Amino acid sequence: MGAREVSVITSGLAWLADGAHWQGSDGIPLRVLEHLEITVLSVGIAAAVALPIGMYLGHTGRLGFVAVNVANLGRAFPSLSLLAFALPISFALGLGLGFWPTAMAMVPLALPPILTNAYVAIRQADRDTVEAARGMGMRELQVLRIVEIPAGLPIVLAGLRTATVNVIATATLGALVAGGGLGRYIVDGLALQDVERLVAGAVLVALLAMGTEAAFGLLERASRHTLAVGREP
Amino acid sequence: MTAGEPLVRWDWVAGHLDEIALRIGEHVELTAIAVGVGLLVAFALSLLVLRYGWLEQPTTFVAGTLYTIPSLALFALLVPYTGLTILTAEIGLVGYTLLILIRNIVGGIRSVPAEVREAALGMGYSRGRLLWEVELPLALPVIVAGIRIATITTIGLVTVTALIGQGGLGYLILIGIQRFFSTPLLVGAVLSVALAIAIDVALVLTQRAVTPWARAK
Repeated sequence: MGAREVSVITSGLAWLADGAHWQGSDGIPLRVLEHLEITVLSVGIAAAVALPIGMYLGHTGRLGFVAVNVANLGRAFPSLSLLAFALPISFALGLGLGFWPTAMAMVPLALPPILTNAYVAIRQADRDTVEAARGMGMRELQVLRIVEIPAGLPIVLAGLRTATVNVIATATLGALVAGGGLGRYIVDGLALQDVERLVAGAVLVALLAMGTEAAFGLLERASRHTLAVGREP
Repeated sequence: MTAGEPLVRWDWVAGHLDEIALRIGEHVELTAIAVGVGLLVAFALSLLVLRYGWLEQPTTFVAGTLYTIPSLALFALLVPYTGLTILTAEIGLVGYTLLILIRNIVGGIRSVPAEVREAALGMGYSRGRLLWEVELPLALPVIVAGIRIATITTIGLVTVTALIGQGGLGYLILIGIQRFFSTPLLVGAVLSVALAIAIDVALVLTQRAVTPWARAK
């Protein structure tokens, strides 16, 4: 690496290490918090909609083609175009710029992987076990809760992971419509040609995304482990 | 978005057809370069992975880590090195295609039945001929599936490269946001979705044309 390359990274890290950037309304803790607010709200709404629908379709085995292909359809909607669609809607509803159009754009982004994985998770539960559960007199909701959901939990979590990491990465675009979050540093850094701020923002978002990915990985492993322990060999 | 202004002003669209065509062209060009180069790199890496199995883990790890880095962050990190250039955009875009393409090329070739491979070798096929005339044609549906996902993902990411000054349909979205003007905003958004769907359909049709044996099933 040449001197320039080293200086870019070290100056980005120096920006991060500067105590002045860790306080106030443009401080790192607040920006991380804003980023997480958007993420939790939009993934939460998406999960509240997609999990019941995906699980219902998986349980009944209906509309499998739709449930599986909704993820492909979602991919055709570029994230920036979702934001573009959300902006006029937000204005029409009187919600203005910033938080709301960003959250509105993130929900359709988070929906497809959650829905598809919920469907697949429930669908792949062992059919003999499901029949046995019915034979034991379990009601449909009990079959879902006691048999199908525990067996499919790792796959459900994988869908939530994809959705959450996607949203964390994409919520940076919210800064384009005057939203907060870590995208603020990147968009402002680009606009002001402030390389340190740009690099610091990019590093923070990448760390947040990768950290979330790792955390979900642990959660998925734990959910598998629980299953393995709960089952007699 | 301004009160009294219609959502889409068709006179603006009619007056900017040249610019819209230019942006579509830029978008297609950025996508084609990224997927083309990505395919070459992924193909070379896949052959190495298939030949030397121990390379698989490190390759997937690097490509997977790259895939986790948010696009705007990756472009931003590259700007200090390669500037606001097409190179910056393409490095990022190519990087994102690798994971999907390598996974599908390696998976596709591995899924070729061992008997088929044995039969070809028994008939005296060289390794090169085995690859080009047996393994690749049989793996083609899986590989094309990967190319489809990579292309659609790239079309979406190209909208973001407008932020580092590379034009494309994202540019229309950006000026829409900056000028509070919903017409270019929606034109850019609708066209980028339409482009993704159109190219996906084109790829499916191409696949059907070049793998006639897959249709017979």
